[in-house]
Amino acid sequence: MKEYRTISKIAGPLVFVEKTEPIGYGELVNIVTFDGTIKRGQVLDTSDNLVVVQVFETTAGIGRDSGVRFTGETIKMPVGKEMLGRILSGGGKPIDGGPEIVPEKRLDITGAAINPYARASPNEFIQTGISTIDGTNTLVRGQKLPIFSAAGLPHNNIALQIARQSKVIGSTEPFAVVFAAMGITKEEANHFMKDFERTGALERAVVFLNLADDPAVERIITPRLALTTAEYLAFELGMHVLVILTDMTNYCEALRQIGAAREEVPGRRGYPGYMYTDLASIYERAGIIKGLKGSVTQIPILTMPGDDITHPIPDLTGYITEGQIVVSRELHRKGIYPPINVLPSLSRLMNLGIGKGHTREDHKKVSDQMYAGYAEGNDLRGLVAIVGKDALSERDRMLLEFADLFEQRFVKQGYDEDRTIVDTLDLGWDLLSTLPVEQLTRIDRDLINKYHPKFKAGATKE
Amino acid sequence: MEVKEKDSKIDKLGVLKRISGPVVTAVNFDAHMYDVVKVGNEALMGEVIKIQGEETIIQVYEDTSGIRPGEPVVNTGLSLAVELGPGLLTNIYDGIQRPLSVLVDKMGNFIERGVSAPGLPHDKKWEFKPLVKEGDKVIGGSIIGEVQETNIVHKVMVPPNQKGGTVKSIKSGSFTVDDVVCVLEDGTSLTMMQRWPVRVPRPVKEKLNPEIPLITGQRILDGLFPIAKGGTAAIPGPFGSGKTVTQQQLAKWSDAEIVVYIGCGERGNEMTEVLTEFPELVDPKTGKPLMERTVLIANTSNMPVAAREASVYTGITIAEYYRDMGYDVSLMADSTSRWAEAMREISSRLEEMPGEEGYPAYLAARLSEFYERAGLVITLAGGNGSVSVIGAVSPPGGDFSEPVTQNTLRIVKVFWALDAKLSQRRHFPAINWLNSYSLYLDTLHDWYDREVSPEWNTLRSWAMEVLQKEAELQEIVQLVGSDALPETEQITIEVARMIREIFLQQNAYDAVDTFCDMKKQYDIMKSIKLFADLSATAQAAGVTPSQIIGSKAKNELPQIKFIKDYKPELEKIAKEMDAEFTTLRAAA
Repeated sequence: MKEYRTISKIAGPLVFVEKTEPIGYGELVNIVTFDGTIKRGQVLDTSDNLVVVQVFETTAGIGRDSGVRFTGETIKMPVGKEMLGRILSGGGKPIDGGPEIVPEKRLDITGAAINPYARASPNEFIQTGISTIDGTNTLVRGQKLPIFSAAGLPHNNIALQIARQSKVIGSTEPFAVVFAAMGITKEEANHFMKDFERTGALERAVVFLNLADDPAVERIITPRLALTTAEYLAFELGMHVLVILTDMTNYCEALRQIGAAREEVPGRRGYPGYMYTDLASIYERAGIIKGLKGSVTQIPILTMPGDDITHPIPDLTGYITEGQIVVSRELHRKGIYPPINVLPSLSRLMNLGIGKGHTREDHKKVSDQMYAGYAEGNDLRGLVAIVGKDALSERDRMLLEFADLFEQRFVKQGYDEDRTIVDTLDLGWDLLSTLPVEQLTRIDRDLINKYHPKFKAGATKE
Repeated sequence: MEVKEKDSKIDKLGVLKRISGPVVTAVNFDAHMYDVVKVGNEALMGEVIKIQGEETIIQVYEDTSGIRPGEPVVNTGLSLAVELGPGLLTNIYDGIQRPLSVLVDKMGNFIERGVSAPGLPHDKKWEFKPLVKEGDKVIGGSIIGEVQETNIVHKVMVPPNQKGGTVKSIKSGSFTVDDVVCVLEDGTSLTMMQRWPVRVPRPVKEKLNPEIPLITGQRILDGLFPIAKGGTAAIPGPFGSGKTVTQQQLAKWSDAEIVVYIGCGERGNEMTEVLTEFPELVDPKTGKPLMERTVLIANTSNMPVAAREASVYTGITIAEYYRDMGYDVSLMADSTSRWAEAMREISSRLEEMPGEEGYPAYLAARLSEFYERAGLVITLAGGNGSVSVIGAVSPPGGDFSEPVTQNTLRIVKVFWALDAKLSQRRHFPAINWLNSYSLYLDTLHDWYDREVSPEWNTLRSWAMEVLQKEAELQEIVQLVGSDALPETEQITIEVARMIREIFLQQNAYDAVDTFCDMKKQYDIMKSIKLFADLSATAQAAGVTPSQIIGSKAKNELPQIKFIKDYKPELEKIAKEMDAEFTTLRAAA
């Protein structure tokens, strides 16, 4: 392989190489520094007289004397069944002391778009054991449902709890977790690893770790490596794969860093104008394909800078993903775990995965009724602050009470508490039964007679 | 090289000089703006977007990974065009009119590159029935025959850019789209298919002012903020506010004869939902599956960005083609913001001087050119046809002051403002009744007078007044509580609540409520007005607001929405309301 020593400029993560033979766009590049270290990069721009290479590691050590080798192929990920149980770096190298991965296949990490015509409609209910997800923002197989959190909130625990407890009722099909960490601290990473080990989840997991002190640019490829692995496990080995990507905010920061180094025209808040397309190329790699067994379900986690949901990162994410789970600082301060605020949360695919044949016939109506009750009760809190509780009508006081109960009993649950969907829905009925039955306008009479604690056959509960 | 063999003309062959993502530069190359070119050894499809000195800049519709400088570029000499003819309906295309079903057969479950696929099935035979005979004079746009495409009759036309002439011979029978069905005296042979460049609007004889509403079956749209057939509307809203559901409701229920739905840079799973749902839904007018009148274009967010830019033009050209046959077509574009972003992405790769928020300076011009292709027209053949355009806009952070929303609002006549607060309260459709508007109210006035009821326009203004009044009163309630309001105003609040919950809220997932015709809308609104009138008289007679608000009969009104044959029940409720108020007045 030809080695060029024609580096003309190095700016941030970008290396400019002159006078090369024709080089392909997107090619993988190895740069050899004076001490023999090999650094990997990718061609971002190629022309007959100049090639721009984006290096995935620190450019420290790269100089005019470094050799540049173009490999002639795009970045590929070696994948194989034995990846399960392994811990890899953010660049895909084993870091658990184990042997190199023996590849069964080498796959392009960019991943092609799934033809919309080949997709199957996701409709299999995943029980996470968390009431606010199962009951009111249901996750289904093949969905991409991000967690919108913020600094200092327990999003990692929520993600772990989901990873640990997720199951499809009555299904014995093989299940795997692909975990990709981007720019999280060693401490956070340890927290994840310990929990994976404690629960034995590691055996069926593939872990990619790009830590806070690892090169930021590497974060650009980490999620792509993870998703390539996930697609292999899902669509070639027929497994149901849950992909956890944390923290997407760090990914976007890296994207901005490269954009700035390339002197691109920035979009909102300095993030590149193509960030929507770039994020879509990650998030859209979830789904189910007609006629194939497996599925890829994604739970990306992002921390909203300044708790601001209109910040470009959560905003663009929300436009691509099928809903969002919003973690609230207010609930967290009240000591409620998991502090999921259901009001701004949403699962767009919920209706496909619930109801008769999936969960239970009353699911949608119970969920809607609780939403309506909690939303109204929550609004009244503002009013109480101004006019006092005494100025409220009887109905309003009940709704206010309902909002409190909803948070304390429905939202709040233990870190290891795994509620079945039946438990969750029954709990919902318990709470709704504190309201006068005429208030339950969103539920039909038949369902009330069948499930309402005060009416259902043989029930003597208060 | 395969490409060289295909085309021997050397001036049409260039060499790649630079590759930067979807934008590549070629040299030694003769080309015109918007010529379609084949790029590299794999002959990827691209389009010329800039010519600068020796260099020709091309946007490529497929992934360019691995393409090297020095590879060939071939000019096809054609502009980006779509194939128009029978076989469009029920199809699902990507942004450059490649049928996605064919792509699955050719390259599997994932979209790979370097595969071309014609837009129309060329082997399928259609039963052609001539409508002109030998010796007849035809001009560009004239209808010469018809084909039963689905339950829709497809009119076969002389391409609009041809001058026409006298028919020398015309056939009848079963043909493919490539077979000649008609020959003119001057030797021109016509097939059932025509090609049309997507960036050029198809010509019409005359544009008319729209005077008939596009009935969508959605109460807040038809009742308060109607769009005319041939009109333009925008639906901006933050994520999760129900843009896509609203667009899909329009695609399902609007009384257009043809629907073109463009999923531009949106979610793959959503397109799958449309694909699985539409064939099962039944058109209330024809009783046939909705899919039979629909053309879908799906260029999801992770498909190539340049093809996303083209998808909107592909869609509108297909819409215009059916308009030329004399049909009312409605086109939904979800979302025009993704289209604008595609323009921005290409523009920044061209290193153009950016306008507001990095969007190219020509954003406003492109948007207005696109929306201007809507309209009610007299076709070249002399008939009437229309294209209504409804564009979703996804403003970042739900902030309507951003360039795409603002430039769109300057052009469109109807604005349906989606509101995240409403959707959080599960008020659907989450269209804000205070911010939305329709500039067609005046032109449609007569139609509502004639077709719905002479009372309708007054009824509508009354409802808007009540809602406006409520908004003002709510500010006071927030400060002092509802008990502090004067008595008459307490009734206003109650009536406004009824308008909101009974008339404005509509359940897209309920089999009956998903579509509500104008008569029913009128009847529902009239019943609410009846309650308001009864309340006013009762109050004058000394009945207290709490008695009025506590009256029972009106509580049954919301159920009307879910009853198909609602008239008897509605009359019963009206009678009961009347009786209840008579008792109240007597007691006061």
